[in-house]
Amino acid sequence: MIKHKVFLGVTLLEITILLILFVYGHFTVTARAGSEVPAKRELVKYLKLTDLSLWTEARYTRHPSQADIFAPFQDFPCSLEHFPAGSIIAPENIVLPATRKPERPH
Amino acid sequence: MRHLKILEYALSSLLRRKYRNISLITVYALTISILASVLFLTHSLKLEAAHILIDAPDLVVQKLSAGRHDLIPSEYAKTIREIPGVGAAEPRYWGYYYDALSHSNYTLIGIDRNLPRLSLIEGRMPSGEGECAIGEGVAIARIVAVGDMMPLISSRDDVVLYKVTGTFRSESNILTNDLIVMGRKDLLQFFNLSADRATDITVTVHNPNEVTTIADKIKKTYPASRPITKNEIIRTYDAVFNWRSGMMLTIFASALIAFCILAWDKATGIGAEEKHEIGILKAIGWDTADILELKFWEGIVISLTSFLIGLIVAFVHVFFLNASILSPVIKGWSVLFPAFRLTPYIDIYQIFVLAFLTVTPYVASTIIPSWKTAITDPENVMRS
Repeated sequence: MIKHKVFLGVTLLEITILLILFVYGHFTVTARAGSEVPAKRELVKYLKLTDLSLWTEARYTRHPSQADIFAPFQDFPCSLEHFPAGSIIAPENIVLPATRKPERPH
Repeated sequence: MRHLKILEYALSSLLRRKYRNISLITVYALTISILASVLFLTHSLKLEAAHILIDAPDLVVQKLSAGRHDLIPSEYAKTIREIPGVGAAEPRYWGYYYDALSHSNYTLIGIDRNLPRLSLIEGRMPSGEGECAIGEGVAIARIVAVGDMMPLISSRDDVVLYKVTGTFRSESNILTNDLIVMGRKDLLQFFNLSADRATDITVTVHNPNEVTTIADKIKKTYPASRPITKNEIIRTYDAVFNWRSGMMLTIFASALIAFCILAWDKATGIGAEEKHEIGILKAIGWDTADILELKFWEGIVISLTSFLIGLIVAFVHVFFLNASILSPVIKGWSVLFPAFRLTPYIDIYQIFVLAFLTVTPYVASTIIPSWKTAITDPENVMRS
């Protein structure tokens, strides 16, 4: 009758490890919210930054918030998106004409 | 007590096929760790962007020409400042530079000299001509440090030397990795621009509720302009790091499909040995409910163990190892890519959804095929 005790013990250990990790995560979030986040916000404010420095391969991937939706296709007519980061950056929700509800007649 | 004894029997049954079940737990845990890693990574990046870009300019006004971004006359800032509700309107001077030495793109920003001291910089911001502060990615790519001279090639094809007065700390890499910050005059000379044309104009609005109204007024005053609000900036990163978008969805969907194949394989039927075992148990007096409870425990042991191991592995991978397995997937063709130093924002709702999507189908796919055998006459089962 020892197997179920071992299983329950191992499961409890895993849950404890997970809880410790989540508690560590919570304290890290709180600590960084007090120090790092204000410092980063200071940088954003004084340098007037608008985007994260993640994908430097193209202008519209480096500053996706400043690019328009056809920037990936601007190289020539029928040009396709060809930067890998472009497949990660989804466009914002666009309401197509067919999906718009018809306006009520006044 | 009875339940514990059935659990004991379930564990003995699983240990009889030890290696098969260990392999199953390994694959199952790996699948869950991939799913959880994608969720943790995207959620962390999304919240990081939302928390730090809250101080981005209220409005950024660009000028469009033939649908493309063009330089904007600096005098537009004076007109925009006169709109009621506008606190300040400042031209922003910045651009991109391709560095042939490191094959990477940098972002150059021109600033006023009178910036306050920033805490995330080793050294100081540039205060005179010929000085610059750089991000850690630039410092590593060009092998320069504070006090060194860094050559850049200007738009006139001249080599211009800048003294590195400061490097941004690694904690700020997510914002500054590819940045070179210099004085405004230096930037204009470097790009051969005149001061009457800026890259765009940043606008501060007193009342956040009036941002859209002021954007509309700017658009009416300058029809060729494109105002971008702070909400749109933050929403961009909501969409970028949404797990439903782009490559994240591909990775997530692949892992989910792999898991569905695993569960489907389990659900399509039980083996002859298992049927035999159920028949014998029924013959010696086990109820159908006991058989189902036995299968329930077998499913729970495998799925719960795999789920917990998968979550632990995902947490360690994303927040201690900086998502080192996923980051090459996200990196793309970027030469300068910041090392992730993610803040462990966890969404408990996502964890429950993940548990529901992974544990429940597996347990169900273990119980349901056994139910049919469990309700059959044991003599027929043993003879089959």
